[in-house]
Amino acid sequence: MTKQTNTCVTSPEQMRYAIILERGAYLGILIMIVTYAVYALGILPPHVPIETVVNNWHLGVHDYLQATNSPTGWDWLALVGTGDFINFIGLALLAVMTIICYATLIMPYFRCGDYIYLGIVLAEIAVLTLAASGILGSGGH
Amino acid sequence: MLKNVTRFFTMLSLWVSAVVFASPMGAFATEAAATGAAAGGGAGHAWWFWPLILLVFCFVLGVIAVLAGVGGGVLYVPLVSGFFPFHIDFVRGAGLMVALAGALAAGPGLLKRNLASLRLALPMALIASACAVVGAMLGLYLSKLDPRYVQTALGATIMGISILLLCSKNSEYPVVTKQDAISHALGIEGIYQDQATGKEFEWKTHRTFTGLLLFVVIGIMAGMFGLGAGWANIPVLNLLMGAPLKVSVATSKFLLSITDTSAAWVYMNQGAVIPLIAIPSIIGLMLGSLVGVRLLAVAKASFIRYMVIGVLFFAGFKALDKGLGLGIMG
Repeated sequence: MTKQTNTCVTSPEQMRYAIILERGAYLGILIMIVTYAVYALGILPPHVPIETVVNNWHLGVHDYLQATNSPTGWDWLALVGTGDFINFIGLALLAVMTIICYATLIMPYFRCGDYIYLGIVLAEIAVLTLAASGILGSGGH
Repeated sequence: MLKNVTRFFTMLSLWVSAVVFASPMGAFATEAAATGAAAGGGAGHAWWFWPLILLVFCFVLGVIAVLAGVGGGVLYVPLVSGFFPFHIDFVRGAGLMVALAGALAAGPGLLKRNLASLRLALPMALIASACAVVGAMLGLYLSKLDPRYVQTALGATIMGISILLLCSKNSEYPVVTKQDAISHALGIEGIYQDQATGKEFEWKTHRTFTGLLLFVVIGIMAGMFGLGAGWANIPVLNLLMGAPLKVSVATSKFLLSITDTSAAWVYMNQGAVIPLIAIPSIIGLMLGSLVGVRLLAVAKASFIRYMVIGVLFFAGFKALDKGLGLGIMG
């Protein structure tokens, strides 16, 4: 076991981070399994028919998107009622968990005046939010 | 009785691994993939054929990844891109989701048991995740120009990783005589308690600046190839910076949940994550990891590790051959 000698982020904060991460990760995986079953069993009609996906997954992403008329960025939200894009709820939840968990570290570092780590946490949230925003490379398609 | 049953399953999983990797199924998958690629991605099979094969394949990968002590992502990308008909863009996108899901599932336990060090992870994660975004964008850009660039670089990287795994000798309690200024300013230190002996070891790090520079490279490679990066994180944290081995392993796993998040978002936003590929891969690898953990106590880990190093070298060579168009491996 590792005991932190510098205890700005004490056990309760680390435990809170762990608990939120755990619940979010398991919820994300559960949603992913359920939505995949919905997709595979054809309960909801997909935006891109499965056969079209299978016949085009050997193409590079640029050609694949054109061939299947698939969206980029957050445009999948408009198609979340379809069998294929409903799967992105679980995937996006997994990818957003770290940002949520980082946000829980802001107040503990602020309260104890550890401004270096507060800066690191804020910078990390900015990096992850920028990556999640879809702004980067959005001109590629 | 229980021991015999466990041993039986260990042998069974090893045989299945051998069957998968040695040739029949690999050759079958390669041949089917080649046929599929020639006549459209999955021609000649029902749609569920490849997802089902992928689920079984990833289950086996999950078992042997745990037994060999490597991350699933580093095995997933070279092997799936070699044996399946998917474009390497989608394999890298799924590889990142696989590594991310594994890290998110393991991270909470490591934090709760205070094995992962938040103070050690946070500065490294910031550098690695920012560079992973750059790596992901660079990888997708190069792949758009010509996928062989990425295939060749991936092959060379995987062969390098297999050599690194073969040669690296971790140090359980590295000696750090003097903490450097950056490490001191960031307070990267702790007390590690060995659970077996109950003895406490104070640890601190050195060569932090070099470590941070190496995380630039690690982040770029993780984002570019979708590999996860435990294979590189652990030697840097343990051998270079001097963190105890168990702290390094736990912190590395936690770090992956941050590094891979940033790159995964880039791949998702660019449309390079196909649920039909990514989800069976994640489920297969997670189920395989659960079985692998149970088999860990009775399996001959050193043999499996050497087998995996061999498979990685082979997969790297296959990717290099494909990228350079040498045609040595068909």
